[in-house]
Amino acid sequence: MSAREEILGRVRSALVDVSVSDPVADVPIDWEYGRPTAMPEVLARFVEMCEDYKATVARCDEGSLASRVAELLGSAGVRSVVLPSGVEQPWRQAIESAGITVHGDEPPLSRAELDAIDGVVTAAAVGIAETGTIVLDHAPDQGRRALTLVPDTHLVVVRSDQVVSDVPEAVARLAGAVTDGAPLTWISGPSATSDIELSRVEGVHGPRNLLVVLVG
Amino acid sequence: MTAQAQRRTPAPPPGTYLGMPKFQKNAKEQLANEQLRKNLRHATGTIRAKRAARVEEVPEWEELRLAGEAIKNRTLRHLDTYLVQLEDSLQKAGAKVHWARDAAEANRIVVGLVQAKGVDEVVKVKSMATQEIELNEALEEAGIAAWETDLAELIVQLGHDRPSHILVPAIHRNRSEVREIFLREMKQYGTPAPEDITDDPAELAGAARRHLREKFLRAKVAISGANFAIAETGTLVVVESEGNGRMCLTLPDTLISVVGIEKVLPTFADLEVFMRLLPRSSTGERMNPYTSMWTGVTPGDGPQDVHVVLVDNGRTNALADPQGRPALRCIRCSACLNICPVYERVGGHAYGSVYPGPIGAVLNPQLRGIGHEIDQSLPYASSLCGACFEVCPVRIPIPDILVHLRKEVADHKRGKPKLEPTAMAAAGWVLADHKHFELAERVAGLAARALPNTTFLGPLPWPASAWTRARDLPMPPPESFRKWWRTNRGEEQQ
Ligand code: SF4
Repeated sequence: MSAREEILGRVRSALVDVSVSDPVADVPIDWEYGRPTAMPEVLARFVEMCEDYKATVARCDEGSLASRVAELLGSAGVRSVVLPSGVEQPWRQAIESAGITVHGDEPPLSRAELDAIDGVVTAAAVGIAETGTIVLDHAPDQGRRALTLVPDTHLVVVRSDQVVSDVPEAVARLAGAVTDGAPLTWISGPSATSDIELSRVEGVHGPRNLLVVLVG
Repeated sequence: MTAQAQRRTPAPPPGTYLGMPKFQKNAKEQLANEQLRKNLRHATGTIRAKRAARVEEVPEWEELRLAGEAIKNRTLRHLDTYLVQLEDSLQKAGAKVHWARDAAEANRIVVGLVQAKGVDEVVKVKSMATQEIELNEALEEAGIAAWETDLAELIVQLGHDRPSHILVPAIHRNRSEVREIFLREMKQYGTPAPEDITDDPAELAGAARRHLREKFLRAKVAISGANFAIAETGTLVVVESEGNGRMCLTLPDTLISVVGIEKVLPTFADLEVFMRLLPRSSTGERMNPYTSMWTGVTPGDGPQDVHVVLVDNGRTNALADPQGRPALRCIRCSACLNICPVYERVGGHAYGSVYPGPIGAVLNPQLRGIGHEIDQSLPYASSLCGACFEVCPVRIPIPDILVHLRKEVADHKRGKPKLEPTAMAAAGWVLADHKHFELAERVAGLAARALPNTTFLGPLPWPASAWTRARDLPMPPPESFRKWWRTNRGEEQQ
């Protein structure tokens, strides 16, 4: 018998006491999915929680976005960035005119090439206020996963209509991307560890600087 | 050349988990280690306070726990349905699915997959399942180096050590010990630690970053576990902090994930419950720094050769016992370890398993059976104070399962010539019921008052003596232990 058949057989004989065959009828789940969490001001909470995780947060309007992005990169000491193919043209122009070297990812950069680049600028899919989390679904304006992982500074632009109250609303919004097979990366502050005497250290393997620009 | 010199990775301590003596003997040894107890007290106290603060923020916490319990119950009671659905979703998403009856089969599968890639090293994300099957040693025997990339796992691996906590495996090490380990060992296996490194955690983390970066950049195969596997979509989820998980899940061409069959969740929407329960319960954060979710192969992004090994290794034993089944709801948050007065005193190594603490005490005897001395002793590694149930995000009734397992152990022993029926029955009387236990404790409390300068109590008076003969019980305060716990830990939780 194959391992698959044997394991499924063991599972079935372990469950002889279960007489109702429909899982939903057998175990009701008293939970309403996708509910928002009540909070006075979603955007303010988002900013507060991102900052609580030691991310740098800037707010701006659509008109000043491109220049704000370039300015933030400059003050973080970023000399070179990689931009995913779907990133808006005005950002690219503003970053270039600030004297920062811009790399594309077509053809894909090697790991070593990525490791030599200071930063990455991307859009986002969802922001979660209650937890200060930014979720990437790696659409063309966010790029493949390695781009937001290897460089040491990640500047992410979140639009105010992408920010939801809490995890349930976020999961509901992300369901479509997952069904389409997209990977997701949930980011809450810069990389961190508490493995040595539980003292929190920001910055282990992922980007050590997380810059968040909230637009609108 | 010695066998030692031929190894690719640091040798773990000699012996096997199952070769370890019973809990009571291990506990006695660990209690004597003052440094360990100091490190543990500090660490568990810190996480407890963080967890309590983060749970307090969520008004519907109890509703969430009930939902988590119900979702897991639904999954476990129909596990065959969800496993078949998971397999189908994974295959449609381009992943290859393998099934392993036990640890040896899982190891054979993984070793075979790595060998087929023609590589002699892999990078690893912290994973309880791969520790449980002792995959690293199986790879080592096949001449394949498995590099642990989680900071704590790296400390354990380089320290020739075993993990002592689910979440913070090096919780028993302090910063100066970590510095010594890094200085001594890193240079033997790759980028050395700087000679002038101090014991500042930030510097130590920096040394780990440099040491591991070259390994990430060259790795061709990664091995992970998964916190959740979504049947509906075939999505795997890894929850982490440092970014080492993202490195492993993203950079290599081949990804092999070893997943216990109980990790499945029915729908993606179910994650809204677990992504709220897990971070707050485990690290005491609103959200952990990084969570990766992937669904088979994503063309042009990350590993293009994706494997999932579904492992039984005793899980169907636990499933077959309706009273023990709830233990399979465990999401390995470690809240029950951090709250447990027994764990805090004896540490993780006394449990003789990768699953220590209260959950280990119920899970190990169910996964491995009660044929070994260590597994027979584990159900007694508890004062049945009930704190573990109260913090458990999926409401596993650990004390009830312990009592149930004590009976199983007693029945098992009764069938043997070396049995101690009176002792076991007496222990059963004390431990089967909270009231009996409190009574026995009050008697012990009187003894404590009579001997005020003693920190450790010898055997408790009969009938508790039947249980405590083998170990020293930490001196209970004059009031009963449960009362003491309510007053002290109860306050901390507010
Ligand atoms: S038993 Fe509950 S509290 Fe303990 S690790 Fe598992 S989920 Fe967490």
